[in-house]
Amino acid sequence: MAELTAKQRMEIPRNEMPAQDAKVRAGNYLEVATGYSEETARLEAERCLQCKKPQCVEGCPVGVRIPQFIKALREGDMAKAVAEMKVKNNLPAICGRVCPQENQCEGKCIVGKKGEPVAVGRLERFVGDYELQHRTCPLTKAPATGKKVAVVGTGPASLTCAVDLGREGHKVTMFESLHTPGGVLVYGIPEFRLPKGVVFGEIDYAIKCLGIDIRTDYVIGRTLTLKDLLEEYDAVFLGTGAGLPMFMRIPGINLNGVMSANEFLTRVNLMKGYLFPEYDTPVKVGRKVAVIGAGNVAMDSARCAYRLQAMQAKEGEDHEVHIVYRRSMEEVPARAEEVHHAQEEGVIFDLLTNPIEIIDDGKGNVKAMRCIRMELGEPDASGRRRPVEIKGSEFDMEVDTVIVALGTSPNPLVFVDADGLERTKHGTTVANLETGRTTKPKVWAGGDIVTGAATVISAMGAGKRAAADMHAFLSGNGTW
Amino acid sequence: MGDTAAATGYKILQKETLSDVTKLMVIEAPQVARKAQAGQFIIIRIDERGERVPLTIADYDRNAGTITLILQEVGKSTMQLGAMKVGDTVASFAGPLGHPTEIKNYGTVVCVGGGVGIAPIYPIARSLKEAGNYVVSIIGARNKGLLFWEEKMKAVSDELHICTDDGSYGRKCLVTDPLKELLESKRRDVAHIWAIGPAIMMKFVALATKPFNAPTTVSLNSIMIDGTGMCGGCRVPLTEGAQFVCVDGPEFDGHKVDWNSLMSRLQFYKTEEQAAVEAYKHKCNLDIAAEKGGA
Repeated sequence: MAELTAKQRMEIPRNEMPAQDAKVRAGNYLEVATGYSEETARLEAERCLQCKKPQCVEGCPVGVRIPQFIKALREGDMAKAVAEMKVKNNLPAICGRVCPQENQCEGKCIVGKKGEPVAVGRLERFVGDYELQHRTCPLTKAPATGKKVAVVGTGPASLTCAVDLGREGHKVTMFESLHTPGGVLVYGIPEFRLPKGVVFGEIDYAIKCLGIDIRTDYVIGRTLTLKDLLEEYDAVFLGTGAGLPMFMRIPGINLNGVMSANEFLTRVNLMKGYLFPEYDTPVKVGRKVAVIGAGNVAMDSARCAYRLQAMQAKEGEDHEVHIVYRRSMEEVPARAEEVHHAQEEGVIFDLLTNPIEIIDDGKGNVKAMRCIRMELGEPDASGRRRPVEIKGSEFDMEVDTVIVALGTSPNPLVFVDADGLERTKHGTTVANLETGRTTKPKVWAGGDIVTGAATVISAMGAGKRAAADMHAFLSGNGTW
Repeated sequence: MGDTAAATGYKILQKETLSDVTKLMVIEAPQVARKAQAGQFIIIRIDERGERVPLTIADYDRNAGTITLILQEVGKSTMQLGAMKVGDTVASFAGPLGHPTEIKNYGTVVCVGGGVGIAPIYPIARSLKEAGNYVVSIIGARNKGLLFWEEKMKAVSDELHICTDDGSYGRKCLVTDPLKELLESKRRDVAHIWAIGPAIMMKFVALATKPFNAPTTVSLNSIMIDGTGMCGGCRVPLTEGAQFVCVDGPEFDGHKVDWNSLMSRLQFYKTEEQAAVEAYKHKCNLDIAAEKGGA
C-alpha cells in the first residue's frame, strides 16, 4: 500500500474481530474471537498515525512499544513486529486476549478521539499468535549471574517477573501449588476466552529459552515456607494472587448447589469438568443458574454455566443463566465486551437486585433465591451511587444453582513463617507499588496479592517493575 | 502439560492389602515427608485426567522421604489407585496440607478410629503417646475384615478397645459405647478426645461427649478441589460461621460442627460419583475381555 495521509488513515474503518456466531458458541468451549487474518491485521495497522508522543504507550501498564510494532506489522516485517513487542511484553498472545484495552492503550488512542481507536489489542494478539506458531524471536538471556531467585506462584505477575529475571541471567525457580502452572490464566479464565494451548505455549517457550525451573505441587506455606525459601534463594517474589473466595453472609449460603465462582471455574477450566466422565472431576449446574456479581469473573462464570447447560441439556430442554447484581448496568465492573458477549449468548441480567436468602428444597439443595429490588441513592465512598433496598419488594427467583462471584482475597498460606511481612486489614501484602518491595528484606510482591483482585496486565506490570528492582538489587551491593 | 511439568511423577514404593477394600500405599514424596505431621493431609491426582483427591496422612518417614496412605476403595479414583502396582507413579502429590494436630501432654486422651479412620488416628495416637499422655484407643469397623492395624494401635496405646458392628471380632458394639462407659465411670479424667471416621460416626462421638463437656476434636474430609483455600467447596458450617476444611482444618471442635449440613454436602455429587464408578468398572471389564481376547 502506498504511504497514506493521516486523513486517509483515519477514514479506514476499524476492523471488526471475527467471532463465532453467538448461537453456535453458546454450545461449545472453543474460542469466541477467532482472530484477524494477516490482510485484516495489516489494514488495521494502517489506521495508526504513528504519533510522535504516543498516548497509547502511556496507557499500557507495561509500556509496550505500540507504534513500533504496528509499523513493522504494516510493513509486513513480522519478525521485527515480534521483536518490538517482546522488548516490553513476553506474553503478547495472552495480553492481546485479556487486557481491558478500552481503558488502556485504546482508551488513549488519538484516532479514537474522533472515531474508533486503532484495535491495538487485536493487533497485539495477531503478533502474539504469529510468534506462537513461527517462533521468530527466541528469548535470549544474559550470562549467568550466579544469583538464585524464587518466584512463588505461576500466574501473570510471577510469569512476567520470572521471565524478566531469567533474561538477566538469574537462576529462577517457580513454585506452583496446583499441578499445572499458569495460575488464574488456567484455573480462572475460560478456554473460550483464553485457550489453554496459548497459555502453555507461552509458558513452555519462555522456560525452555531461559532454563526456568517450575516446581508444581509446591504449596508455599506448607511444603516449604517463606523462611525456607529465604535460606536458599537470594531474592523471593510473591505473586500468589488473590485466590480466597468471599461468600455472602446470608441464610442458605452453605446449601448444596451454592458454590464460589472459583470452585465452579476451577472445576470447568483446570479440571475439565465439562468433559466428565472422560475427565474425573464432575461439575454440576442445574437448569436455572444465578450468578451473584457482575465483574469479569461473574461474566466468565455465567458464560461457562450457559455452555455447560447447553452441553448437558436434553433435547428441547430450557435453560437459563442470570447475572444478579445490586447496582445498575452503568456500575457493572466487567469489561463492556464481556457483558456484550454474555448478553449475545443469552445470559439474562437482573440488575438492581440483591439476594437476601437462599431457600432450601427440604433436602439441603437450593430451590430458590429470595431477592429484594434496589434503587440507586446518594454516591458512596467509591463514588458510585449506593444501592438502597426498596421496601416490600422481596421476591423469589426460582433457581437450582447459585454461583457467588463477589471477589476474592489473598490466600493466607503464603504468610506462614513470614515474620515481618506486613499485611493490610484486607489481607493484601504491603508493598511499594513502584518497586514491589515488601516490609521484609529480600521479599518482593506484585499482582493481586498486593492490589486485591485486578487485571492480568496490571499484575504483569507489577511483576515487571519488581523484576527491575530485584535485578538492580541482585546486581548491586545488596542493600535493601 | 508438556515441558513445564517439573515432576515426573511420584512413585508407589510399597503396597499392602489390609482388607478387601482397604489398601496401604507408601509413596515417595520427600518434599511432603520433610514437613508432614500427624493430622495433616495430602492431595493426590493419579493422571492427567484425574481428580484431586484429599487423603489423610496415615504415616510418614522423613528419612526415607515417604508418605503412607490408606485408602478405602469407594469411588472411581480410589479404585483406580488401589489397582496400581509398586513402581507405578501418580501425577501429582501435594502437601502436607491443613493444620497438624496440637500435640502436648493433656493427661488422659481418647483416640477413636472408625473404619478407614483408623489410619489417620494412628499417627495422632502415637504422637500423643510420645508426648506422655495416657492413651485410650477405640477402633471399630463394620466387621472383622475391615479392621486393620490392631497391633500398631496397641503398641501406641495404654488401652485398646476393639468394636465391630456385627460382633465378628472384639466387642459387638459401636465405638461410642466404650467411650461413654469410660466417661461415665470417671475412672480416668479424660482431657481430650479425637475421633476420625465416617461423618456419622464422628457426629455420634460428638453427641456422646457433649453431656460430659469433654473437648472433642474431629477430622473432616469434605469435597475439595485445590486444598489450599481457593475453591471453598470444603466449607463446613460451624456455630460461629463457615470455615474451610483445607486451610482452617481438617480438625474442628466436634461440638460446633453442623453435622447435617456436612453430611448433606458430602452427598452433592453422589450421582456423578456412581456414574464414574460404573463407567470405570465397565472399562475394566472391557480391558479384561480385550486381554483375554488377545491372549
